[in-house]
Amino acid sequence: MGAIEIHNLSKSYGKVQALDNVSFSVERGELFGLIGPDGAGKTTLFRLLTTLLNPDAGSAKVDGYDIKKDYLAIRSRVGYMPGRFSLYPDLSVEENLQFFAALFGVSIDESYELIAPIYKQIEPFSTRRAGKLSGGMKQKLALSCALIHRPGVLFLDEPTTGVDAVSRSEFWDMLSGLKERGITILVSTPYMDEASRCDRIALCNEGKILSIDTPKGIVRRFDKRLYGISAKNMFALLGKARMVRGVEDCYPCGEKHHLVAGHEFDIEYFKSQMKDTEGLEIVNTEPTIEDMFIKLMKR
Amino acid sequence: MSDIVISVRDLTKRFGNFIAVDRISFDVHRGEIFGFLGANGAGKTTAMRMLCGLSYPTSGSGMVAGYDVRTEGEQIKRHIGYMSQRFSLYNDLTVWENIRLFAGIYGLSAKETEVRATELLDRLNFASERNTLVGSLPLGWKQKLSFAIATVHRPEVVFLDEPTGGVDPITRRQFWEMIYEAAEGGTTIFVTTHYMDEAEYCTRVSIMVDGVVRALDTPARLKQQFAAKSIDEVFRSLARGAQRGE
Amino acid sequence: MKQNFGSFIRKESLHILRDKRTMLIVMLIPVVLMILFGFAISTEVNNINVVAVASERTDGIRDAVERLSQNEYFTFKGYIQQDEIDSYLRSGKASAAIVFSPDYDRRAMQAAMGVPTKPIIQLIVDASNVNTAGSATAYLQGVLLGSASQQAMFETRMLFNPQMKSAYNFVPGIMGLIFILVCAMMTSVSIVREKEVGTMEILLVSPVRPVKIIFAKMIPYFVISCVVLVMILLLARYLLGVPMSGGVWGIFALSLLYLILSLSLGLLVSTIANSQMVALLVSAMVMMMPILMLSGMLFPIENLPLFFQVVSNIVPARWYIDAVRKMMIQGLPLVAVWKNGVILLGMTVVLLGVSLKKFNDKLE
Repeated sequence: MGAIEIHNLSKSYGKVQALDNVSFSVERGELFGLIGPDGAGKTTLFRLLTTLLNPDAGSAKVDGYDIKKDYLAIRSRVGYMPGRFSLYPDLSVEENLQFFAALFGVSIDESYELIAPIYKQIEPFSTRRAGKLSGGMKQKLALSCALIHRPGVLFLDEPTTGVDAVSRSEFWDMLSGLKERGITILVSTPYMDEASRCDRIALCNEGKILSIDTPKGIVRRFDKRLYGISAKNMFALLGKARMVRGVEDCYPCGEKHHLVAGHEFDIEYFKSQMKDTEGLEIVNTEPTIEDMFIKLMKR
Repeated sequence: MSDIVISVRDLTKRFGNFIAVDRISFDVHRGEIFGFLGANGAGKTTAMRMLCGLSYPTSGSGMVAGYDVRTEGEQIKRHIGYMSQRFSLYNDLTVWENIRLFAGIYGLSAKETEVRATELLDRLNFASERNTLVGSLPLGWKQKLSFAIATVHRPEVVFLDEPTGGVDPITRRQFWEMIYEAAEGGTTIFVTTHYMDEAEYCTRVSIMVDGVVRALDTPARLKQQFAAKSIDEVFRSLARGAQRGE
Repeated sequence: MKQNFGSFIRKESLHILRDKRTMLIVMLIPVVLMILFGFAISTEVNNINVVAVASERTDGIRDAVERLSQNEYFTFKGYIQQDEIDSYLRSGKASAAIVFSPDYDRRAMQAAMGVPTKPIIQLIVDASNVNTAGSATAYLQGVLLGSASQQAMFETRMLFNPQMKSAYNFVPGIMGLIFILVCAMMTSVSIVREKEVGTMEILLVSPVRPVKIIFAKMIPYFVISCVVLVMILLLARYLLGVPMSGGVWGIFALSLLYLILSLSLGLLVSTIANSQMVALLVSAMVMMMPILMLSGMLFPIENLPLFFQVVSNIVPARWYIDAVRKMMIQGLPLVAVWKNGVILLGMTVVLLGVSLKKFNDKLE
């Protein structure tokens, strides 16, 4: 039995279908990523699984408990970090932690060894008001608070949004540490480059799951040839390349543009069409999660 | 007029003992896409506020679009465009009303507004959404519209503060194509982002750490200099040593 | 899990203590209002300009006017015509006009001889300054009655402010308002703030029942309100000299009930509102307005249109203010206002029940 099992879950707000018939399951001890832009339904899914909302249709189990019937049991077993900064800005670091410990009826000492790797980094600032912490520190405090009652399942809704690349990667290191302790983690992010840090990922968009697999497996499903092209004038290159026969898609991707080759594509023909392009380079390139996402979105 | 649109020399901002921005100097050329990167708390926002004429520098000098950031803040505001992820448009006004409002704020006449707004909507393929409430548009559309509106008065420089946060990969790219297009047309772009692949799209990139500009060059040369495969790596190696947070 | 209830209260108290501005306002408003009403309305009567209207200046009338002009508080400004009264009072040339009936002397004489009649004196007083008018009227009556041992019949007309509200009357009104402000508005805002900040999500996704969280939230506000209550009572007694002969404990007991009612009202607002702005607006529109308009604080209930008289029955402040007024000013004991007490108790039970039922442990 998985730690999280979701069957045909749907939820709408008025006319907006926030979540549309979603099913998947997360194994115990798995670090599972929900990857998708705003409006993909990630927050709604978290709120359903943390029993804050009732689904319109479908069912789900968390840690073996039904989200509708046994919602009280779920609440004492999960840790949740909502998308917004949700600590008390007017309370100090320590007061926040104490409060959340009291909320779950535990003492900080009981859980200290679990949160220590994270909390130790902000402990020197324990008397500082949470509102005055930096983005990365707020995140660490929020995670410590979510872990205080040693939950078996951890829900993290966009914990790294708006955080710089270094703090983001530190955060993922912390999550890997927690996974080692056997905690099941469901985490969402809009940053595609973070997907590789997960055991498995679900790509989602507009309330639907586009694909579920390991990060490598997702990329393997990309069945088209992909080229990286560059030139002196990158913007002009984009428009020109798209005009060439056989080019299915061409879009910026880091330092190169990615060119998705259709079955009519012929690299020699492409080069001949582009011969007056200054500094043209074309290389074979490996697809990324983002390439796959774009492909799935366009389908 | 010279080719340099933003010129900053030893620009500094202190808050009491805290030096948020520490003697930064750089030039931005016309038509450049200037990526302004930094860790949280590196002083990006403070620096940007000074350049937009919203905050008075403690010392140093800066010229934006030919105006002095110390004395001509009001002139600067009239000659730049600004867009951020947090504040973009009024959700309870329609697309058209938003355009008219901002055009009015930037001092366009009713006639000019009409012409440019129609042109803007056509370019975005938005003509049919003219009377739609902005609040009911998908996020990506809002961001595109808001960029178009930030440039409706044809400013010399546009400041973009994390313009693509939370936007899906396709729209994000469409957004960057709009940026390219504007830059081709001679508008200078000054942009911050947390997406490191977007840094690669910039003409030049500066990376701030602890209030200081630690690196500034084209993406290619930065990668060469730091022997890195991507700007992401360059950024990490610089920001890893950051002492302070936000 | 007793221990965590204590830490909830502690956390809530920290929120309040660290929000110095709100604290200051809550503590200051009652004091300022009390002092304002206490001092702005001077009870001292001095130099009241009086005019008289009499068709004939008979001996009796002369005598009465003579006594008046000798009194240190009054300045007699002469006789005027009936139709001049309004312009004199309006222009401030006089603050009171005494109108002697044409048969003043005859009636006075007859009364003195035992005929069941009384001379009629009409007092027309500018009551725009409540206290001056009140005291002036009383003085005038005293002075005029003293003349010729007559038992005159007074017909008093207050112009510009017929209800004669005094500072005393304002104290119960202020209490009715302040407790709603402190309890209802502040609790609702503090609960809604948790929704806004996002901490409510975490509170809900915890094994603690919302009821517990809510009671922990109410207690600090209840304590603050009690402090404010004591402050108001002390100011009323020693600064304004409100008699409170009905016993202060009755007022205290009833006020505690009203505090709980206000807290329940705040909770109810917080279940409806999703932003602090809405909570404030609802508190202001749905609670403040009826208290000001329909509680008898500004306008007597009897003077309202019938529709509003009926509506006023559901305004808790109406019953509270009425009861406190009776106890504070008329000096009635708590038992005398038992009806008000029962009504308030009933309202509390209903409000608390509804709001606890409405308070959802989900987000929708």
